[in-house]
Amino acid sequence: MSNILIRDLIKRHGALVTVDRVSLEIGQGEFIAFLGPSGCGKTTTLRMIAGLTPASAGSIHFGTREVTHLPPYLRDAGLVFQGYALFPHMSVAENVAFGLQMRKVDREEARRRVDEVLSLVKLAHLAGRLPKELSGGQQQRVALARAIVYKPEVLLLDEPLSALDAQLRTEVRTELKRLQSALGLTTIFVTHDQDEALSVADRIVVMSAGRVEQVGTPREIYQRPATRFVAEFIGRTNLFPGGLDGPGRFRSESGERFAFGNADAPSNASALAIRPEHVSLQRGAPAPGGACTLEATVEDVIYRGALTEVVVRTASGARLAAHLHNADSGRDDLRPGDPVVASWPADAPMLF
Amino acid sequence: MAGTRSPSPRSLSDGSFRPVMVGGCVAAFVMVLSPLVAIVWISFFENKIISFPPTGYTLDWYRAAAAMPQFRDGFVTSLKLGVVATLVSLIAGVPAALVLARGRFPGREAIQSLLLAPLIVPGIVAGAALYMFLIEVELASGVQVAMTFWGLALAHSLIALPWTVRLVTASLVGLDPQLKEAALTMGARPLTAFRLVTWPLIRPGVVAGALFAFIASFVDLEKSLFLVGPGVTTLPIVIVNYLEWSIDPTIAAVATVQIAVISAGLVLTDRYFKLARAF
Repeated sequence: MSNILIRDLIKRHGALVTVDRVSLEIGQGEFIAFLGPSGCGKTTTLRMIAGLTPASAGSIHFGTREVTHLPPYLRDAGLVFQGYALFPHMSVAENVAFGLQMRKVDREEARRRVDEVLSLVKLAHLAGRLPKELSGGQQQRVALARAIVYKPEVLLLDEPLSALDAQLRTEVRTELKRLQSALGLTTIFVTHDQDEALSVADRIVVMSAGRVEQVGTPREIYQRPATRFVAEFIGRTNLFPGGLDGPGRFRSESGERFAFGNADAPSNASALAIRPEHVSLQRGAPAPGGACTLEATVEDVIYRGALTEVVVRTASGARLAAHLHNADSGRDDLRPGDPVVASWPADAPMLF
Repeated sequence: MAGTRSPSPRSLSDGSFRPVMVGGCVAAFVMVLSPLVAIVWISFFENKIISFPPTGYTLDWYRAAAAMPQFRDGFVTSLKLGVVATLVSLIAGVPAALVLARGRFPGREAIQSLLLAPLIVPGIVAGAALYMFLIEVELASGVQVAMTFWGLALAHSLIALPWTVRLVTASLVGLDPQLKEAALTMGARPLTAFRLVTWPLIRPGVVAGALFAFIASFVDLEKSLFLVGPGVTTLPIVIVNYLEWSIDPTIAAVATVQIAVISAGLVLTDRYFKLARAF
């Protein structure tokens, strides 16, 4: 186990740049998620770390060892593929033993470690089965066992949960997180699912069009998105293009005026974003002195279990979504057409 | 399922078509198998002039065929040619199929077509062309190649090659390229990854390709016609030559041996690899 250092990593396909100067330092035992829409370069970056795709420029270090130009078999990474890629002609135990066999671990020791890792993923009773005799979730665990049994310097996971159904996915990701922290594995997890990334990762690397948009803890990524892309990609956001209209004031293109209290707002901000959960709605007149308000009309009320999403519309036609917790108060009193006042805390708006 | 029946026309699996299908299958099997059955049967007839019904049964014709040097030599030549052609087609065809299956690259289609071309060009045309080519080579080099074993071996390698390429390619189609990548990341060098992962998975296809290549070479008549010479004649050509002068159950005995060799090959092939997957 060691820290991973990626510096100015670039992948070009002819004139097309699919990974553009990605730099990142990953601490020992850290769980990192690469998050982004498909085609953002996250899988290509992972494959370059594994050595399956050659890097066009830049460098990759595992600890003090530079691996940029090493073939995959000399890198000592463990990779779990999206489709698992289990060897169909080998039993579960043989699949798991493969990496040990390649490392010339003696037979007794190998058997002991295979048993150990199989009980870790709760598959000891299926050691003799062929992959095709297992369910999807079991195959996923074999793939994981196979990648961690030889204690790789880094564990790489390429959308490992995407082939599982929703309930299993949540279960497996919890299990994965537990294993990862128990074993202290430095882990990179590629996903396009923000829930997955937010719930398992120590830090998230948000990628778009080959570039790193932001690196931060799940909380930082969600609460303080660095770019408009991150704000829109992670969670729901009400976004208003426009420009600053004096200190602490923003005017949207459609004419709404917003007050905000963030001191760190960029002076050339071109968009303002507010999370729906920061918006509250009151009937009647604006609260006195409440600068952070908008008068609007209820357009739609959508019941969503834990919360109710209310979409309101300002006089100029801009839409704003509010998420109201159903535990707080009954919000079923709002009806489309009702006049309301939307308000938010002064520090809620994010400017880009 | 009551009430969900679709109004579409009756499908072939519908019960009412069953007699037609069974009848068609039986007719096809009778057509294909009856000449084979007849030949095998006749090879045991006692009468020298083939007539029906036979006066009795005997194994003499097998003894007679075995005693005739042209049949013995033809059989051995065909076996040797089959083995050489199969080996050449494996050495050239397996790597070719591996590269072709790896993905798109310039010239891929052209190479694939070229490798499969011997299946499409009529055998007699290819045989004549090859004959002329070998004569030109002889004129240029002074070394005799036409009407020698190695001239024939070249022709038979061409007969065998498309089968190996086709069947090995078919076995690679279902092979996940990530299996090899998985092996590499776990520490296997490329040759080890091939030996432990790729090879065991394509082996049935290679075995099937080899057996099919052998059979294709063993039964070939047209491509060999121009290329055989004194002392190097293949069994199918010996049979044709013999038939020009006499018809007696000896020829049926020889043909039965030929059928036995081919059937054994086919049965063996099918055990390793469902032939239906290759087409």
